[in-house]
Amino acid sequence: MTEIPAGSVGETFDAPVLVLVDLETPRASAAEAVSLLAPSRAGLALVAGAAALTRADVVALALGPVGADASAALAGAGATRVLAADLGQAGTQAGVVADALVSAVRTVKPAVALVLSDYHGKEVAARAAVLLGSACTADASDLRVREGALTASKTVLSGSWSTTLRIGGAGTTPVVAVRAPEVEVPGPAAPVAVEALDVVLTPESLAVRVVSREPAPTASGPDLAGARTVVVAGRGVGGDIDLVRSLADPLGAAVGATRVVCDEGWLERSAQVGQTGVSIAPRLYIGLGVSGAIHHTSGIQGAGTVVAVCDDAEAPIFQMADFGVVGDVTTVVPQLVEELDRLRA
Amino acid sequence: MKIVVCVKHVPDVQSERRMEDGHLVRGEEDVLNELDENAVEAAVSLVEEHGGEVVALTMGPEDAEDALRRALQMGADSAVLVSDEALAGSDVVVTARTLAAAIRRVGGGQGTGDVDLVVTGMASLDALTSLLPGALAAELHVPALTLATDLEVGDGDVVITRTVGAVREVLSAPLPALVSVTDQANEPRYPNFAAMRAARRKPLETWDLAALGLEPAEPSVAVLCDQERPGRAAGIIRTDAGEAGRELAAWLVENQLV
Repeated sequence: MTEIPAGSVGETFDAPVLVLVDLETPRASAAEAVSLLAPSRAGLALVAGAAALTRADVVALALGPVGADASAALAGAGATRVLAADLGQAGTQAGVVADALVSAVRTVKPAVALVLSDYHGKEVAARAAVLLGSACTADASDLRVREGALTASKTVLSGSWSTTLRIGGAGTTPVVAVRAPEVEVPGPAAPVAVEALDVVLTPESLAVRVVSREPAPTASGPDLAGARTVVVAGRGVGGDIDLVRSLADPLGAAVGATRVVCDEGWLERSAQVGQTGVSIAPRLYIGLGVSGAIHHTSGIQGAGTVVAVCDDAEAPIFQMADFGVVGDVTTVVPQLVEELDRLRA
Repeated sequence: MKIVVCVKHVPDVQSERRMEDGHLVRGEEDVLNELDENAVEAAVSLVEEHGGEVVALTMGPEDAEDALRRALQMGADSAVLVSDEALAGSDVVVTARTLAAAIRRVGGGQGTGDVDLVVTGMASLDALTSLLPGALAAELHVPALTLATDLEVGDGDVVITRTVGAVREVLSAPLPALVSVTDQANEPRYPNFAAMRAARRKPLETWDLAALGLEPAEPSVAVLCDQERPGRAAGIIRTDAGEAGRELAAWLVENQLV
């Protein structure tokens, strides 16, 4: 296997780094005007991560109107230039976003373009890389500059292997979908002037029509993807979601589900954890009646501590559990809740 | 209607998967990528409803033919394997370029020719990047409608439903287009004996890069280092005899997890 080039400590690019930043409406003021659009927390973390990669500009690209507050937040995170392209409703579609990213790359000529590694960012990265004739990868973390080239780490094969990649060839701008780094994002700084970006849209991107778009039914409670504690309902809980909530609620935990639980309609689809659902990285994962099929466990590789309660002693989840109870959830969980209540009182 | 369904032959997720020299070890316990069964099902169902044909397409080593055989058993009408030693270690950009060239050849005309729709699964279970659908649509210059949980072909267009993030969307695009489907799109059929026997007589062609008029390309993503991650240390397992709930509570508190 090739050795990783050591590179000098703190090696950086001479060229700028471009970061695509999602704008979202702050939850508390959903009814307010677009002037309140703010960069997502993950987007700011990506900007902060990018700042360590270059001694040239960190250029933030936002698709929507960027107000003074949003610009200040981006500047605080480390952006030295802010580009904005307001594409309206079309700006929600990956093809259009990729076209905008391509236009920005042609304007800024960055060493690398970064997007978030979610379903949307991955599609944007793949499309933009092909249109630019460059390279792309997804689920990247730990970005570094080594011998003038970008390297990144990623885990593969359901988290059982880790790899280090060198991305991109000479003279091209790779587009990398990055897992949001766990960095502290500095508070707002003096806003930088927002530059309008002209976007060349391709016919095939414009051909995608949004027939309807509405909020999906979501669970109440903490956001699953970012939760520190997640309690997951598996087939073994039957339809008894109250049992699951009786543990999750006092812990302030988000409630997740395996595919079967969503298929049965016991919980909404947005709660599904795993390959075709949400990937989670909580400090504590508690699986109730979860057997641990790989389709589910591939989505919980980032969990710190894994606890499982399941009545099947042969269930694969016990191979990855730090604490496993082979038992009936309907007796173990109430006892667990009662004892936690007593110990934490 | 002519549909190309792209499939992949991948190591069985239940097998001992590993890397060697920066490449995934293939050819030991490989199967049709499970999430591609939904793509095949979607393509075959559309043709059953609207008429036409389904061509299954894959890129890979010779034994990737097995994935195509499975697609033929599930109802694809013919299959194409793109196989060339120069394609080993291809990244997603090279893969998309190669599959696009094969689709153009299947279509036999300008652009995608008479291919109306390209269907893929949402991800392959080896790399799990979900990059290919977007890259392939870009190569083909056709609209991409990804992560469909439902799709219908109407009068010259395709309409999908998807729920991603916190949004439920209905999207449409004129044909030709590319659609990727999730495992919620359908229940893949299990081929019966007659279907398996019929599949043996269906045409399966193998094309190399020269047949597609392509030169070998250097992938621009290189694996510098790979390493198996240490497994988790064996945990505490208790069989409940009446006290396990209390014991677990104490353990959680002691370890400051709650």
